[in-house]
Amino acid sequence: MAQLSRRDALWIAAGSALAVAGMPAPVAAKVTDAINAFTGGRVPEAGRITLDLAASVEDGNSVPLSVAVDSPMRPDDYVSEILVVADENPWPRVASFQFAPIAGKAAFSTRIRLTGNQNVIVLAKMSDGRIFTARQHIEVTIGACTT
Amino acid sequence: MTTQPRIRMPKLAKKGEVILIRTLVSHVMESGQRKDASGKTIPRNIINRFSCTFNGRPVMACHIEPAIAANPYLEFAARVEESGTFQFTWAADDGAVISASEKITVR
Repeated sequence: MAQLSRRDALWIAAGSALAVAGMPAPVAAKVTDAINAFTGGRVPEAGRITLDLAASVEDGNSVPLSVAVDSPMRPDDYVSEILVVADENPWPRVASFQFAPIAGKAAFSTRIRLTGNQNVIVLAKMSDGRIFTARQHIEVTIGACTT
Repeated sequence: MTTQPRIRMPKLAKKGEVILIRTLVSHVMESGQRKDASGKTIPRNIINRFSCTFNGRPVMACHIEPAIAANPYLEFAARVEESGTFQFTWAADDGAVISASEKITVR
C-alpha cells in the first residue's frame, strides 16, 4: 500500500466512520416500519411467546428457529398472526404466519438466514387485538452471503 | 429445479388430536441480494407464499421473505376433528406453484 499522508488517513477514517454510522439507518427504518405495520400502533406486551433460537451459530445461512405462543386456539381466543423480524438483515422482514383456530397450536419451526450478529424479534397478534413480543440476540460467525 | 415436496404427518389420529406437520420443499430461495461474477445482481426468486388447508378450510399460511433458508422447511400443527385431506401450496416469484396433498383418517 502506498504511503498515506496524515490528512488522507484522517479522511479515510472519517469516511469509514460515516459509512458505518450511516449504514444502520435505512435498515432501522425498515425494522420500525415492519413492526408498526403489524402492531397498528398498539403497544406490544411481554410474555406468552417462547422463542427457541441459539445464542450463537457458526453459519448464518440456515439457522433453526422455533416459535410457540401460549393460546387455547379457540374461535373466541386464538393467535391470528406471528411476525418475525431480523433487525440487521438488509431486508429485516423474515416471515409472517397467519393461523386459524384449527391450527390447534400457534407454533412453527423453520430455518432462517442471518447476515450477522443481531436481534431476532417476534410479534404475535391475538384475536382480541392484543400484541405480544419477544426478542433474542444471536451471534453469527459467518453471515448468510449477500455477495 | 423443483421436486416433489416432502411431507411428514400421521396417517391416523384421534378426534380432536393436535397433529404435527413437517414440510420441506426444494428451492434455491435466490435472495436478490447476491451478485454474479460480472457484478450483476441475480434477480430474486423465492417461494413467497405457503398455505395449508384442511377440507378446504385454512389452517396456516405464511408470507415468506428472502431470509428463509434455501429448501424452505416449515413445521406447524393442526387440530383434526374429522377425516379429510390436507392441501399444501407453495408459490414462487417466477409464477411456479408447487402443490401436494395428504389424507388423514380420524377415529
